[in-house]
Amino acid sequence: MLKKLAISTVAAATLATGAFAAGGAGHIEDFDFSFEGPFGAFDQNQLQRGLQVYTEVCSACHGLKFVPIRTLADEGGPHLPEDQVRAYAAQFDIYDAALDEDVPRKPSDFFPESALENAPDLSLMAKARAGFHGPYGLGINQFVKGIGGTEYIASILTGYTGEEKEQAGVTFYENTAFPGGWIAMAPPLYGEDVEFSDGHDNDLHHIAADVSAFLMWTAEPKMMARKQAGVVGVLLLTLLSVLLYMTNKKLWAPHKKKH
Amino acid sequence: MGGIPHDHYEPKTKGEKWLHSRLPIVGLMYATLTAPTPKNLNWMWIWGIVLTFCLVLQIVTGIVLAMHYTPHVDNAFASVEHIMRDVNGGYMLRYMHANGASLFFVAVYAHIFRGLYYGSYKAPREVTWIIGMLIYLLMMATGFMGYVLPWGQMSFWGATVITGLFGAIPFIGESIQTLLLGGPAVDNATLNRFFSLHYLLPFVIAGLVILHIWAFHTTGNNNPTGVEVRRGSKEEAEKDTLPFWPYFVIKDLFALAVILVVFFAVVGFMPNYLGHPDNYIEANALSTPAHIVPEWYFLPFYAILRAFTSEVWVVQIASFVTGGIIDAKFFGVLAMFGAIAVMALVPWLDTSSVRSGRFRPMFKWWFALLVIDFFALMWLGAMPAEEPYASFSLIASAYWFAYFLVILPLLGVIEKPDAQPATIEEDFAAHYGGDAEKSAE
Repeated sequence: MLKKLAISTVAAATLATGAFAAGGAGHIEDFDFSFEGPFGAFDQNQLQRGLQVYTEVCSACHGLKFVPIRTLADEGGPHLPEDQVRAYAAQFDIYDAALDEDVPRKPSDFFPESALENAPDLSLMAKARAGFHGPYGLGINQFVKGIGGTEYIASILTGYTGEEKEQAGVTFYENTAFPGGWIAMAPPLYGEDVEFSDGHDNDLHHIAADVSAFLMWTAEPKMMARKQAGVVGVLLLTLLSVLLYMTNKKLWAPHKKKH
Repeated sequence: MGGIPHDHYEPKTKGEKWLHSRLPIVGLMYATLTAPTPKNLNWMWIWGIVLTFCLVLQIVTGIVLAMHYTPHVDNAFASVEHIMRDVNGGYMLRYMHANGASLFFVAVYAHIFRGLYYGSYKAPREVTWIIGMLIYLLMMATGFMGYVLPWGQMSFWGATVITGLFGAIPFIGESIQTLLLGGPAVDNATLNRFFSLHYLLPFVIAGLVILHIWAFHTTGNNNPTGVEVRRGSKEEAEKDTLPFWPYFVIKDLFALAVILVVFFAVVGFMPNYLGHPDNYIEANALSTPAHIVPEWYFLPFYAILRAFTSEVWVVQIASFVTGGIIDAKFFGVLAMFGAIAVMALVPWLDTSSVRSGRFRPMFKWWFALLVIDFFALMWLGAMPAEEPYASFSLIASAYWFAYFLVILPLLGVIEKPDAQPATIEEDFAAHYGGDAEKSAE
């Protein structure tokens, strides 16, 4: 009884924000992403597909207000050619106070904010949610699996059961990944929502993974550079450790003669 | 140093003599580098260097971050994103700074527990210990205010909860809280003063670190045996010690390099592991996170804070006796600060004449339990405030106080300590052999 009460309290509490550190959340599927692990890298094609999914579907409601459009040209990211970035930027308008009218955005502008008031900005979503919390809410499995923000997003997108309910005039949709099980966002993807020019698979599972990967990039665009810095740092410091170990051993040897 | 006989700096050239008679700074550096250091120091004596490194790392990365950060509620969150995306190497600066705080606390807890086990707090090193506790308190204040600066959800709500603690103090609490916040609630004034203080306090810490080092250079280092360095003559002292440079500098740098391998792996490959995902959501006064959790290094004391609810009989008695002035909330605050206070007072609570835990057969077990208790409290601090965690928290909190207030004073009376080595040289020789036998003749 107590346990049941505890679980329902936890579930009710988590419904409000969706993020919960101590487990008891929805089921998160462990997707495989190319950027996992110390040597993982973004898949440029996947990021471009994800951008397409975001632009054609998500952007109807959700913004990316912290992401400068010019970064779409960045190496290690979607790496679009300059002219494509310019064309991409121009499809969104921005208010120009000097002219007192809306003008097309330039690459130096940011992505638009969320169009829908209740839709959270997605710039940092992949870091603002943790997919993995176990065991016992200690989060130790994040050592192995990563924090799992991308898995969380992909699991939400693929986790709709088709059930709906109405509560206080708001429709909620059952979702196996969402903490509490009922989410206010209508299923955004059904599969084959977008057509990729290269004919890549566009079933639900694939496009969910693609847009999640893209959102990991928007949240952490410098991930590749960071991992490289990590590798260099670890290697150099390991070398330094070995050298200092040998120096230390030699230094102390005259004082540590075993008899 | 510490009355341990050793060589002093002698200015030789005319220029050296000129400077030495005006500012003996070369002599100070000489004395610091040649400080006679007990040669039996083990690997738990490396944390001082790690901590010094952390302070420098935090100040250097912090100063550069401050060049790009905007302490305003409308821009703080975006300016951090600007650092992450547009500032050259900004993502490394910020991740090193954020994880540097964690390394700082890992090191300070290891350092503190080292001191607690080997009795480094005992006479004549009480002042070193007290200064260390002040540094630790300032570190917590600095860490807490630093976590507010990114202006994420956990920043905002953490600030709300923690400053609320001061509001629990009877009569003057509300005024203190208002002073801390710069207004009735966490807002722009709060962010501004936290930024200002977050920049200031590390330099106060640096000053205290100098006093800390000065203090233990006055008494000499403790060591794993707790036996003092012989001070009869220079020859005798040299059998117990080796100069700080190069022996301990190289040893400490080796340890630091190994620790930094781990640090860079965390920064490079999992920089957000120790953070809270909610802090990547911009602060919103209208939406409370389901679960407000402080940073991991506050969790043990956060658990103690929450352990004393109004259902606990001690709290009820306190409330009854004081006519309700001490309510559950204030009791929790007192317990949290009390938990640190009893630790600070340990030089006078520990009655044993034996310094090192190595020669205290009963103490060892109680100390091991204290370490387990500390980690248990850390885990409990992250758990929701409900059963069974609440009861566990209460037991764990009770042990923390019992260790310092009951067990340590009693152990000194009832415990029969093991035999200690007569000299540091003897201890060192027992481990490594060497020139000890020669001089033992």
